[in-house]
Amino acid sequence: MTKFINFCKRFYLAILLIFIYLPIFVLMIFSFNSGKSMVKWNGFTLSWYQKLFTNPLILNSIWVTVSIAVISSIVATVVGTLAAIGINDFKKLSKSLVINITQIPMVNADIVTGISLLLFFIFLKIPRGYGTMLISHIMFNIPYVIFSVMPRLRGMDKNLYEAALDMGATPAYAIRKVIIPQLMPGIVSGFIMAFTMSFDDFVISFFASQGIVSNLSIYIYSMAKVGINPEINALSTIMFIIVVTLLVIINIRSIRQQNVRQARIKK
Amino acid sequence: MNKRKYIAAPYLVWMVIFTVIPLLLILFYAFITRAESGALILTDKYIKSALSGSSMSVLLLSMEYALITTVLCLLLAYPAALFLWQLKSRIGSIVNLLFMLPMWMNFLLRTYAWRAILDSNGPLNKLLQTLGLGSHRMLYTEGAVLFGLVYNFLPFMLLPIYTSFTKIDNSLVQAAEDLGANRWQTLLRVVFPLTKPGIITGITMVFMPAVSTFVISRLLGGSQTMMFGDLLENNFMLLKDWNTGSALAIVMMIMMLLSMALVRKSDDDLIPGGG
Repeated sequence: MTKFINFCKRFYLAILLIFIYLPIFVLMIFSFNSGKSMVKWNGFTLSWYQKLFTNPLILNSIWVTVSIAVISSIVATVVGTLAAIGINDFKKLSKSLVINITQIPMVNADIVTGISLLLFFIFLKIPRGYGTMLISHIMFNIPYVIFSVMPRLRGMDKNLYEAALDMGATPAYAIRKVIIPQLMPGIVSGFIMAFTMSFDDFVISFFASQGIVSNLSIYIYSMAKVGINPEINALSTIMFIIVVTLLVIINIRSIRQQNVRQARIKK
Repeated sequence: MNKRKYIAAPYLVWMVIFTVIPLLLILFYAFITRAESGALILTDKYIKSALSGSSMSVLLLSMEYALITTVLCLLLAYPAALFLWQLKSRIGSIVNLLFMLPMWMNFLLRTYAWRAILDSNGPLNKLLQTLGLGSHRMLYTEGAVLFGLVYNFLPFMLLPIYTSFTKIDNSLVQAAEDLGANRWQTLLRVVFPLTKPGIITGITMVFMPAVSTFVISRLLGGSQTMMFGDLLENNFMLLKDWNTGSALAIVMMIMMLLSMALVRKSDDDLIPGGG
């Protein structure tokens, strides 16, 4: 009886996983189909991949996505880390005020954030495009960095910084040599989170650039509205493989680090 | 020590310019208009048109869709999280990672894939035909939109619930069993209350984006289903009517705040000390 119940539980999880992966596998399989159809198999081809890498619209949107993700997450990491160190020293009231305002873009619906930024650019008559998209990405990325650095600051020994100052370090030197190294894990995870958020964003980019500049998401949206395009299937396959590879690398690394740590403890 | 505060200054300036002022501009555009004399005056005409019958019925429909999506996600995700938790912890976390993995792939791509699968000439209809069940129109229906919503938001429900399961202190479960509680009693009286914070987070993470989405309804529902997000998008991107659009955004924000307050309130009322 319990065996049967266990089987049912596993069966349920398997069904859900199939439900979640089905569209991804359909995309991957039909990216190799020589016909344009997503029903009939017309034979194997790699031509969609070739077309993908010679399609100037797709290449340009990849460039926009990657460059904005890199620039916005680096800027957000620098500004956000400094902000977190500074905010941590604020008095209670101003600290909670700043923290609450910082939370707004994370809590608010993306569409509202997008609309508010669009209104801002309209109000100041700033032409919409690459620049406005970049600004909005920096804007919604900073909170992720701040909130991944903050918990580390709270757990830090304040005396270390004081000691560095007493021994003649300037505040800037002490921050660089004493505080930043201790915050590093939080800074790195904030950066990674900011990068993925930026890479995946559609709604805020769409509103902030008014659809004038296309990142990958906006390009996919405009193509998907029209109909089926095998080049998008090829693109999905590549993106899925990149994601899986990255996650496997990250997981293997963290398992290795754990093993190293355990080995040290045993010594 | 005190000087360290100042390195937050660039961010504070940034925050006021790009977070606070844009939000205030929504209020500005919704309530202020230019009179014929050229002066700026307060007006309620935009908010009145945002509260008109047609937009309210769209809002109600969106809330209904979001509610159904949230309930379906909860019904699907809760047992899944429970079963994951009952697996060996290492296997459970690997399977959980499998559930999360597709979230790193652009949601537009996944929704686009369902468009192909649900198409009248798509693989699903071909399968139904070969099984002798006939062909059905699935794309551009309400069902397709709900399906897409559940598909997209299921991981957002699963992750917080599973996390709250993994935080449960096993000795509590053992204590309940030692004290004579049977399986169901342990589940209902001990485990369930401990996972409530996860459920509340899950509800927030599904309901809020589901109300405001416009992509999923546009791709899977076509012009058949108009959700509140579509209405906003139409006003800003097509009609370029910033004023009515801002008023609509305010109405949506208020509805969201109210529903979230309701969720938190009902949580306090149901099981005291449960959260």
